Amino acid sequence: MHELSVTQNVLNVVLEHAQRAGARRIIAIHLVIGELTGFVDDSIQFYFDMLSPDTIAAGAKLAIRRIPARLRCRACGEEFTLKDSNWLCPKCSAVGGDILQGREFLIESIEIE
Amino acid sequence: MKVSIVESILSANDEIALQNKEILDQYGICTINIMAAPGSGKTSLILRTIDALRHRLRIAVIEGDVASTVDADHVATKEVPVAQINTGGQCHLEAQMVRRALGELPLADLDLLLIENVGNLICPVEFKLGEDLNVMLTSVPEGDDKPYKYPSIFVAVDAVVINKIDLLPYVRFDVDAFRKLVLGMNPDVKFFEVSCETGQGIDDWAEWVLHQRERKG
Repeated sequence: MHELSVTQNVLNVVLEHAQRAGARRIIAIHLVIGELTGFVDDSIQFYFDMLSPDTIAAGAKLAIRRIPARLRCRACGEEFTLKDSNWLCPKCSAVGGDILQGREFLIESIEIE
Repeated sequence: MKVSIVESILSANDEIALQNKEILDQYGICTINIMAAPGSGKTSLILRTIDALRHRLRIAVIEGDVASTVDADHVATKEVPVAQINTGGQCHLEAQMVRRALGELPLADLDLLLIENVGNLICPVEFKLGEDLNVMLTSVPEGDDKPYKYPSIFVAVDAVVINKIDLLPYVRFDVDAFRKLVLGMNPDVKFFEVSCETGQGIDDWAEWVLHQRERKG
């Protein structure tokens, strides 16, 4: 459900940039979403299809690049990727660490014509 | 043609949140965004906080709910200013909603603003409101595995309040394991163990809130 307002934001931002660039049509939208955010690809696509038809973004391809969560262990400094909600350091078994990536939520670029 | 953008998807919300924060800073109001699943005890914690601090701080509350004024009515019995936001189906508060609510509050006469977000562990954390601090409330009947299921909120908050600890003898909730897991995700987080029913632990929580307000000046 919360993807509705998020998708409306995406649409607003890309339309503004496309207009500024003099685009007739937006062909593709590239998003970057970290695994530690609570946003679901299919849901964003669903709302995009609902919100975009009367805009120059209608039919645009929504390309979502997922960023895995990476952590740095505070005990031993090991950097590791979070898998299957296992927050243990694979080297020393300490729990969790500093989050290096995985909280991204960006509009990276658009392709226009 | 490719056009590079590299902008946060939530930039529009972030911008309004920043303006809210500037307004609140101007009045020296310490603002706490309280998030939890439905039924964890957000309203109860707010009522307890008002009781504990009302003689030391001037407090107001913003109540966020999908519908109804039930919670706001409860808070209003404490005779503090309260603004109700009904999101009309939206599962989280957004900065624009808080902006409107600020217009209903006597900002010049406040020290502390408590915002009760919509009961939900997923998206409220992504939408900044203009708060100084984010607090997550969880209650022991919900189980100690919530951090695995909803990591995004646990990594983002300043404090975790564990409520309903008077029920610990009756439910399976390993407080030490829970704390250890959350600390792994968020090493700087503060913990409070409270019972809004009995009042246990509320003093520590209230002291911390008071300290946060004093730190703001």
